[in-house]
Amino acid sequence: MRAADLTTAALLMAVGALVVRDALRLGVGWGTDGPKSGFFPFWLAVVLLACCLGIIVKTLRRADRAPFVARAALGPVLKVLWPAIAAVLLMQLVGLYVASAIYMGFYMRWIGRNSWLAVVAVSVGFSVSTFLVFETWFLVPMPKGPLETWLGY
Amino acid sequence: MGFENLLLGFQVALQPNNLLLAVIGVALGTVIGVLPGLGGANGVAILLPLTFSMPPTSAIILLTSIYWGALFGGAITSILFNIPGEPWSVATTFDGFPMARRGEGGPALTAAFTSSFVGALFSVILITFFAPILAEVALKFGPPEFFAIQLLTFSSFIGLGGGSPLKSLVSILIGFILASVGLDIVTGALRLTFGFTDLMKGFDFIVAVIGLFGIGEILLTMEEGLSFKGASAKMSPRIVWDTWRILPRYWRTFVRSAFIGFWMGFKPGGATPASFMSYAFAKRFSRHPERFGKGEIEGVIAPETAAHAAGGASLLPMITLGIPGSPTAAVMLGGLIIWGLQPGPMLFKEKPEFVWGLIASMYTGNVIGVIMVLAFVPAFAAILRVPFAILTPLIISICAVGAYSVNGRMLDIWYMLIFGVIGYVFKKLDYPLAPLVLALVLGDLAENALRQSLIMSQGSLLIFFVRPISGAITAVALFFFALPVITPWWRRLRGVSEPAASPRET
Repeated sequence: MRAADLTTAALLMAVGALVVRDALRLGVGWGTDGPKSGFFPFWLAVVLLACCLGIIVKTLRRADRAPFVARAALGPVLKVLWPAIAAVLLMQLVGLYVASAIYMGFYMRWIGRNSWLAVVAVSVGFSVSTFLVFETWFLVPMPKGPLETWLGY
Repeated sequence: MGFENLLLGFQVALQPNNLLLAVIGVALGTVIGVLPGLGGANGVAILLPLTFSMPPTSAIILLTSIYWGALFGGAITSILFNIPGEPWSVATTFDGFPMARRGEGGPALTAAFTSSFVGALFSVILITFFAPILAEVALKFGPPEFFAIQLLTFSSFIGLGGGSPLKSLVSILIGFILASVGLDIVTGALRLTFGFTDLMKGFDFIVAVIGLFGIGEILLTMEEGLSFKGASAKMSPRIVWDTWRILPRYWRTFVRSAFIGFWMGFKPGGATPASFMSYAFAKRFSRHPERFGKGEIEGVIAPETAAHAAGGASLLPMITLGIPGSPTAAVMLGGLIIWGLQPGPMLFKEKPEFVWGLIASMYTGNVIGVIMVLAFVPAFAAILRVPFAILTPLIISICAVGAYSVNGRMLDIWYMLIFGVIGYVFKKLDYPLAPLVLALVLGDLAENALRQSLIMSQGSLLIFFVRPISGAITAVALFFFALPVITPWWRRLRGVSEPAASPRET
């Protein structure tokens, strides 16, 4: 927990430093007609840096041996995270509807060990109903891929 | 005068299609409230793009109904499954879950829904009276007053939010910094884009909300390895009726909790402390404090009334000042802007049918809500019995759909995932997420108010102190900012030891 706290604060300080640099480029003082563009971000970043320093000092004083994520708990978290990342990658290639059907099917088969019938019913059902709601009913377009083009959408 | 306006509002809210939207909204909202990873803010954010083609009044009615539904849904999971869907439902689990395990799930749920209804109704009645007055006052506000109110908004997260004040401040600052990414509309300069054209449009707060609250929550739920083995509840008109007969006995708790809820709730981040405070008061004034925590019905009534009174009250600053009191209200505010309405006091003058339609729909939405949840509790509770292997990809897919539909950019889905990981880490390390979202929404408004004030005063910060209204508000805000420093010092002075850490607001 302590290491994670320190890392996060350090990362946020890096963000703060980036913001300060950009704000200095834009000018932090008074322009011809009011504060320059960098004024507000500059002071935000300065206070951010100060706060993170405070957090680091506070954390260093604290004795805390608990890990950020227990080893046993890390597995389930990653098991959600990486299929989600893969699904988003897939959305870029084959469109959202096909990708989420594959994603749901894969996840149900892999984690849930559902029967193939349930897998196909739920994943195809979800994609088709989303398609109907968004593309035809509310006319909000989603990313589409080769299958939709083939079907004429 | 106010009464006529309310009648006008009811004419809008009682139109059949608006009533139908309220029913759909409450049903969707309850489902969203029951599902892990889909709270009120997140649910409203995902469904917001669907409202772009609706008339604004119908759209806001749908969104507020989702909000009420989500509030009701939170009570179902707290009582039957001991899982507080939202931080302000934590206190409800103290007595609600023991009651459910004893086989009194029905009475506990009835009490919770009824209290929610009473609390929300109390707030809505107060909003009906105070909103026009507050809007009238706010019409005289200039940039310094608006900036002072923003300051007050954020100071209350630090002074009253509980948890680490430094981390709350960091969350606020990160929100503001993210908001300033992209084109500066005043000077036309590109800020914090570092040469990436994709960053020019900045970060959309709806995407941030979906990632932080939706994906982050799912990751957290997975880590805790929750299995939904809850108590089941039997509901029948008989149980509802019997519970209703004993509820009037607790009228003092209702009144006290509703006042606490409203008072805490119109300040941001107030719902959670309100629910705990109300629970503590109920215990202190009870004749049987020893029964609390073991399944006392009063322990369900108190936090639920307060939380919902606060939930209603958080809409008051949103419609009158254009400043949201909660992340959900912030998302709705974002909706107003997208629908082409200028949030703030002018709404009462320019779009009375919108404002009063909204206020009237708070009455209808709550009536519909309490009837629906009482009638369909078993159906809603059954959602949690759907296997996790289906729920998880389903929720993540829905989140992706929501994130994409905001701007139609694939990049936003990636942002959503990144915000999800940030949300997970922040939540684990006790950085509150609500102030971050609020700052992201209000960033431009706050900066413009600050700029205009400084232009008015030729760069002197004194302008926030010398104008009477902004001076008073700024003083209160500074007091809240200083509260985490003052409190320990004051306790030492009086010789009182540090109390146990209070539960956190997220």
